[in-house]
Amino acid sequence: MAERAQPIVPRALSPLPGIGAALLVVALISGTLVAVVLRAEPGRGLGVSDLAALRFTLVQAVLSAVLSVALAIPVARALARRRFAGRAALIALLGAPFILPVIVAIMGLLQVFGRAGWLNGLLTWAGLPGVQIYGLHGVVLAHVFFNLPLATRLILQGWQEIPSERFRLAAQLNITGPAMIRLIELPMLARVVPGALAVVFAICLSSFAVALTLGGGPRATTVELAIFQAFRYDFDLSRAALLSVIQLLLTGIAAVIALRLSRGDGMGSGLDRALRRWDARGPVARGTDALWITLAALFLMLPLASLVLKGAGAVVDLPLAVWRAALTSVMVASISTALLLCMAVPMAAALATRHGRWVEVAGILGLAASPLVIGTGLFLILRPLTTPGAWALPVTALVNAVMALPFALRILGPAARDTVQRYGRLGISLGMGGAPFLWRVFIPRLRPQIGFAAGLGAALSMGDLGVITLFADAQQATLPLQMYRLMGAYQMEAAAGAALLLLALSIGAFWCLDRGGRWHAEA
Amino acid sequence: MLKLENCTVGSADFALHADLEIAQGARVAVIGPSGAGKTTLIEAIAGFRDVTQGRITWQNVDLTRMPPGQRPVAMLFQDGNLFPHLTAAQNVALGLHARRRLSPDETAQVQDALARVGLSGMGARKPAALSGGQQSRVALARVLVQRREVLLLDEPFAALGPALKAEMLDLVADLLAETGTTLLMVSHDPADARRIADQTVLVIEGRALPPQDTATLLDNPPAALRAYLGETP
Repeated sequence: MAERAQPIVPRALSPLPGIGAALLVVALISGTLVAVVLRAEPGRGLGVSDLAALRFTLVQAVLSAVLSVALAIPVARALARRRFAGRAALIALLGAPFILPVIVAIMGLLQVFGRAGWLNGLLTWAGLPGVQIYGLHGVVLAHVFFNLPLATRLILQGWQEIPSERFRLAAQLNITGPAMIRLIELPMLARVVPGALAVVFAICLSSFAVALTLGGGPRATTVELAIFQAFRYDFDLSRAALLSVIQLLLTGIAAVIALRLSRGDGMGSGLDRALRRWDARGPVARGTDALWITLAALFLMLPLASLVLKGAGAVVDLPLAVWRAALTSVMVASISTALLLCMAVPMAAALATRHGRWVEVAGILGLAASPLVIGTGLFLILRPLTTPGAWALPVTALVNAVMALPFALRILGPAARDTVQRYGRLGISLGMGGAPFLWRVFIPRLRPQIGFAAGLGAALSMGDLGVITLFADAQQATLPLQMYRLMGAYQMEAAAGAALLLLALSIGAFWCLDRGGRWHAEA
Repeated sequence: MLKLENCTVGSADFALHADLEIAQGARVAVIGPSGAGKTTLIEAIAGFRDVTQGRITWQNVDLTRMPPGQRPVAMLFQDGNLFPHLTAAQNVALGLHARRRLSPDETAQVQDALARVGLSGMGARKPAALSGGQQSRVALARVLVQRREVLLLDEPFAALGPALKAEMLDLVADLLAETGTTLLMVSHDPADARRIADQTVLVIEGRALPPQDTATLLDNPPAALRAYLGETP
């Protein structure tokens, strides 16, 4: 009897497709790594410039993490204890840098902090020396721009998780000021800050686009950028391979530490809930909070506002190449999103079963993997077989999908578990396990999360300036690459217009998919 | 006849033993203290728990290793009996099969079932637009189209008020009388057992005892049951 062989405790969904997808991801990440390692020549140690790149990578990541978190603490504190019009909007805006294309943000930062930017104009007018955005400061500035919001959200979450009873008790006992900090806020920060530091540090380690545009040169090259240079400029594959191994070790260790230390992912909802507070009502406290909130809002919004001002005029007469690049980007993002869902949905289904651990490992591996390492490995694998340049777009779509996978799994995982737990038995008792359950229950129930994950994936892919730089020849470009080329050619008007277009496409893709997922979705 | 032949259900830390027979068409209440294994018993019959020893048969067909969806058994759970994203009619139709398309004949079956539970014209509503009692009726309509020979209820009406629960139990009794279905119903309320079940399986200290006459059992409860029921059975 065929039924005898089956495991008796039934499952609504088979974990096998998800485990298969996870194995493919593992194979891609480890296979490209092996391809790279085999290529690295033994005995050739690290050169002076390699060590400099390693050192710069660590220094900028530490600085970025410390600054982002140090600035995030007062901002989060102010947001936690004030209620004002636009508070919810500002908190939502803090989530936006995640889908903001790096190159767009850099363009905005250049408008404000660049040589001919607003800040230097102001300084010259006041008779002060100007600031320089290129090099270490620029890299750290851009990283703080991206990670201050994330750190603020992570720390704000800590503040919101303090039970309101504790504030009520403090108010009842008339605890304020330093005692409040010591009794309630410091213990919370001690729990939350290490995780936030580790997350920002890990993110900044694999910084490529920021270093490519604002860094460079022997004193401001990250390991990722050094891989690119070894590959693209010197075509020194062995050195690229060696650097790839270093990068993988760095991000792997940092990702494990970050996962250990961090609890929330900063994407959680409920952050716009305002706690009722009875302390911090004095004018000094109110003034400081207002100042921090204003500064943070200006820091985040000015670069984008300047971009809109400068780019709006240029959008209408953008060169044809930009429109063609935009079309390419839309295509790459669509394919990447489709690939992402083909991996993430079955993997989420597998996560909901007892074999979830395996899939989780693949997700974590995706966090540690570096797109340039995967790109280098794929190049080495493809080169004997075909012209790697012809594969630039498919490879970009694939690598983007793998990079978005850990986030997608975090979004889908809890909802997948919940759906299988709540409706699995019912589905089985109706004899609709497997494909019918997948199409009629699992996917419809997960639609809001799938939409959100697809939106993130599409926006990330649309704005990605990473592996495409390794592969693309002069004839092909995604929109971020085209924008980078325009900036390199000092066509700043056109670059600003392209930036605006890219911004609109990224946010538009996210909005459509996220909205589409939640459209008519029942709780 | 449903037979549990010398069955052991469960894991190392909790096991339920059952050796009993239930006649076709019987209405049986399953009562006992919480944690004694009432739900375990029902879930073993439905196929959600491993039977580590012994076997379960229905009309001499061995069910022990049959997947839940293939057993001649329909089950209603304590909650989550409907898919919230599907309409009432779609939920009922799942009792026939999981395909989206229904033949005209199948559509008529679904409509008939909805009409039978008093929900004519409400097929297009989603569960959120129905009251708790109406949601239970949709689940019962699905049981009707499933046409399984055994119905297992795991306190599916526990969240309803007393009057509504009595109404649902009467509806269940009517449907059973029409279809000749065998019923096993977990309940913690002896009044439920008296209302609908002529026989009762007492589950106590990890043992499911053979069915006894409900009225006799509840009028002269053994010590362990008396402790559970309190002074006013």
